[in-house]
Amino acid sequence: MKIIQLVIREILHRKLNFILSVFAIIIATSSLICSVMLLRVHDLRTSEILQKKEAELKIRMDKLKDDTRKSMLKLGFNLVILPKEQNMADWYSDDYSTKYMPESYADRLADSDIIYIRHILPSLQEKITWPERDRTIILMGTRGEVPNLHLSPKKPMVNPVPGGTIILGYELHTSLNIKVNDKIDLMGKTFTVKNCYQERGTKDDITAWISLKDAQELLKKEGLINAILALKCLCANNSLPVIRKEVAAILPGTRVIEQGSKAIARAEARTQVAEEARLTLEKERQGREIIGSERKRMVSILIPVILLACALWVAFMGFINVRTRREEIGILRTVGVSAKTIFMLFTWKHIFIGVIGGISGVVFSGVLTYIFTASMQWVQTEIFGSVSLILKLAIVSVIGASFLTIAAGWIPSMIASGQDPAEVLREE
Amino acid sequence: MIRLNNVTRYFDGPGERVIALNDVTMSLSSGEMLVVKGPSGCGKSTLLLTAAGMLRPDKGDVLYQEKNNPYTFPPDKRSKLRAELIGFVFQQFHLIPYLTVKENIIIPSLTTSGDDSDTRARELIGKFGLEARIDHVPGQLSTGEKQRTALARALFNRPKVIMADEPTGNLDDDNAHIVLNHLKGYVEEGGSVLLVTHSAMAAEYATRILNMKDGFLIKA
Repeated sequence: MKIIQLVIREILHRKLNFILSVFAIIIATSSLICSVMLLRVHDLRTSEILQKKEAELKIRMDKLKDDTRKSMLKLGFNLVILPKEQNMADWYSDDYSTKYMPESYADRLADSDIIYIRHILPSLQEKITWPERDRTIILMGTRGEVPNLHLSPKKPMVNPVPGGTIILGYELHTSLNIKVNDKIDLMGKTFTVKNCYQERGTKDDITAWISLKDAQELLKKEGLINAILALKCLCANNSLPVIRKEVAAILPGTRVIEQGSKAIARAEARTQVAEEARLTLEKERQGREIIGSERKRMVSILIPVILLACALWVAFMGFINVRTRREEIGILRTVGVSAKTIFMLFTWKHIFIGVIGGISGVVFSGVLTYIFTASMQWVQTEIFGSVSLILKLAIVSVIGASFLTIAAGWIPSMIASGQDPAEVLREE
Repeated sequence: MIRLNNVTRYFDGPGERVIALNDVTMSLSSGEMLVVKGPSGCGKSTLLLTAAGMLRPDKGDVLYQEKNNPYTFPPDKRSKLRAELIGFVFQQFHLIPYLTVKENIIIPSLTTSGDDSDTRARELIGKFGLEARIDHVPGQLSTGEKQRTALARALFNRPKVIMADEPTGNLDDDNAHIVLNHLKGYVEEGGSVLLVTHSAMAAEYATRILNMKDGFLIKA
């Protein structure tokens, strides 16, 4: 007869003792696995919630960014680069600079690696009296935007005015009854009307746009401009000093003026909304982390208590088993079975309890986790899809459960092996 | 086979010391059935357990085959020696309740490495007329069958000595004679039996009888 046969026969005979011990191990294993699973579920849920919120935020922010970009484009250029010696009081009152700088500055700026400025538009602007019509107008010469070669291409905000053509503001073309394709004279040069703008309610209504080259010729300012209009990049919020410094390095003798407060306010609002959203997300993340930490702390207290209670229960069942089998141990020792074999007899039983309890615990906690995560399809797939995680957890749990029962049953097994057969037989 | 030289064994009870064996000297030879008679509490079981190497004497020596004192051996070696040399039969049978007749008989094989356990068990089952009970557990046996099963278990490892403590104490006369006849047959085959009892019946089968009273051994 082999010792294992004896162990199995005894287990089948004293089922209740075995079942109660296995039950304790199922509780211990399930508690441990379920705790690990629940913490994992929490982490996955946190990740899911945060990802979802981040995605929502990204959509919102992208939309806001796009809206702001569109708004800012509509609001026009918000940076003006002027010659440094320009008297600002004159500039504010006259709306144009009386000082000039080389046209090549626009190209130099565009060719530089500056990233905070886009849509660079060189212009030559003056308030003049239209001699042929006896009207005060703003004459604006532009050559179209100079592309930033080192940045991704953008659709220009304004299109160049071809040479020999003119575009007129609302007030000019309505009051002078001028139509598209009419031929008109300006300062002795004939232009074809290319476009007549709708009313804007700004100084644009008394502005006439011609090509930069034509303007330089008419105003006798060949190769010169008096302003570079530009659009400050959204990413450069609150960075005017940086821009000024960079522009000064590229274009010495110039100054940068920021205008268009609505656009700036809108950009700032967008940034503020983004910051608020980021803080909300961070708060959510911190909240989830606090809950996670609290759960981990609870698990770290609860699990040892459960394991200890289960171990004590197994030990108690072991003591009962040893007491019940006193006569049996006595006769086994009498027929010559060694104390070591008696110890192994009980240890094998505890290994059986550990393995069966461990496996049952793994299955039980698997079912519990499956039910618990039934409403969270993604989390369920993530947990049960990871075969290696489940396998690792199962192996560790079964081995751990076996060690727990061996440890818990150690003293009862020692007591059993230390029993004096003579004493037992004399008492019997 | 077994010799006890001036063996004394006492037990400390509450307030007084009980001397169970008092300077006992005796021997058990091969082919001998030694019956030790005496009233309950006279020290018979203590004598048997001491001779069996299970109860260390306070004074004196126990020798197996004139040379080995089991009490000088480490516990595991003493268990092994006992398994090889001695078989036990008790009044209470001490069968393991969840094992069948065959499994109970085969229990001493836990101490050996041989693979003829099944053959030996079937041989003993046949010898003791337990074929019909082979798969029954002790709870399903009569007292006579239980004692025959216990006797078969005692003989499983082919011991040189059988130690029997009141083997007929729980049996009716017919079954008692059956058991004693088996023991007699074992002795005739060269085995030795040390039988302690308070019953007169066993004396009929004895080759030698000793009386015991208050821990002293007296020739009958």
